[in-house]
Amino acid sequence: MTHPAEQAYRAHYGRLLALLAGEHRSLDVAEEALADAYAKAVATWRPGHAPDNPAAWLLTVARRAATDRWRRQATAMRKLPLLITDDDTTAPSGTGPVPDERLRLIFTCCHPALAPAARVALTLRYITGLRTREIARLFLVTEATMAARLTRAKKKIATAGVPYRVPAAADLHERLDTVLHVVYLVFTEGYKATEGAALTRDELADEAIRLAAVVAELMPGERDVSALRALMLLQHARRDARTDTDGDLVRLSEQDRSAWHRHDIDEGLRLLAHARRGTGESRFLIEAQIAAAHATAATPDDTDWDRISALYARLEQRTGSPVVRLNRAVAVAEAQGPAAGLALLEGLDTALAGHHMLPAARAELHTRLGQRAQAHAAYTAAIALAGTDTERRWLASRREAVS
Amino acid sequence: MKYALLIYDNEKNWALADDAARTEAYAQHGRFTAMLEERGAVRGGEELAPTDAATTVRDDGGGEFILTDGPYAETSEQLGGFYLVEAADLDEAIEYAKALPGAVVEVRPVVDHPAQ
Repeated sequence: MTHPAEQAYRAHYGRLLALLAGEHRSLDVAEEALADAYAKAVATWRPGHAPDNPAAWLLTVARRAATDRWRRQATAMRKLPLLITDDDTTAPSGTGPVPDERLRLIFTCCHPALAPAARVALTLRYITGLRTREIARLFLVTEATMAARLTRAKKKIATAGVPYRVPAAADLHERLDTVLHVVYLVFTEGYKATEGAALTRDELADEAIRLAAVVAELMPGERDVSALRALMLLQHARRDARTDTDGDLVRLSEQDRSAWHRHDIDEGLRLLAHARRGTGESRFLIEAQIAAAHATAATPDDTDWDRISALYARLEQRTGSPVVRLNRAVAVAEAQGPAAGLALLEGLDTALAGHHMLPAARAELHTRLGQRAQAHAAYTAAIALAGTDTERRWLASRREAVS
Repeated sequence: MKYALLIYDNEKNWALADDAARTEAYAQHGRFTAMLEERGAVRGGEELAPTDAATTVRDDGGGEFILTDGPYAETSEQLGGFYLVEAADLDEAIEYAKALPGAVVEVRPVVDHPAQ
């Protein structure tokens, strides 16, 4: 059974840290004081018998630890740059024993003046309370590397004067977008981590979904937040069908749809309905609708490719991304035939040079047109560029079929 | 907090600019300074002469100094001037940087040495 201190860690870390950081105007002091409080909880709480209000208990002990620290290290700490806070925003928000100030912690961790990798690390460390060694494992770097990344980022926040506050209304939307991109980066990092264990991948995706739920709780009604949650849930619903027992990737059309998580799909569709209320269409909203079109097709043949093609066209117009263009070409090939798809792949060679997806897509469409020689050559090109053994194996088996 | 706004630009653009373009650029800096003054945020600032007037002095570590003609780093964009501004936090400093004419503005906090 999990020690009650560990349960309390996971449940309350972000909230407690956000509050202490504001009170003491230092992430370092808050982090160390909270570590002291949790250590004391591990030592004194009997398993199965936590205090009635673990969060309040931890807060009291951490506040005392922080005060002690200031007193003991007064000289050294006077030189520390302090977090810049507004007195008028320190008013407690939310109810309960520990006021919820995580929103400003999120905006500080996801500040655009920090490098994207640093934003991700800070957000996972402080909002979800993952330990440095856990984050290091998820991103396949050493604990020392991750610790250095966090230290650098914290130092920049303090010395550069990154404010510890929720941005003003005028900037809120733009800044929320940065936050959502950090969350999505955590999610896609999970999906990219093909060299790591499948478990790692799912854990990162779970963290991203959990993070988005926190943002949704703190900013209720934000349609973009719902769109991102819908997108992630609809994709994550397919997690158990994405790989076979050997760990090889299974394409969407060949996945066992009964292995898709129905509950996640339902929740994703509910959030999507909320996100679609009102006008305006964010990138996440278009992507969520594409994911929904796949998730609601009972069989691959039921997929509404016309709709997916149209959604990709809107997404391409919005992002100008060559990867989106490639996905659009694949969808158009399904809706209108392989020749139409091939035509859309023209002109991508420079932008996608070095990516195996482009020759792989071409190879597939040539195969369908019965152009075996061109298909074979394109598969060979794709194999040379593929990054993982899984992908190479899969491409080689496809090439075999056209030989 | 005090911040330095370091303005980097391609010097060729400035060298090739005609009178009208220069007048307009100085007018932009005038408006920028007026905006800062209104907020009580001006702490200083200068325009620097182009880098062909620069001399780099390097201590060779053995008590000798090596002088070279030109700037410390040969880059396509060069430091052309700076402002020192007072801002509540990085967000406000970035807002000032965005209001500045110039291709690239580096925002650097100035180290605060409190009186002992």
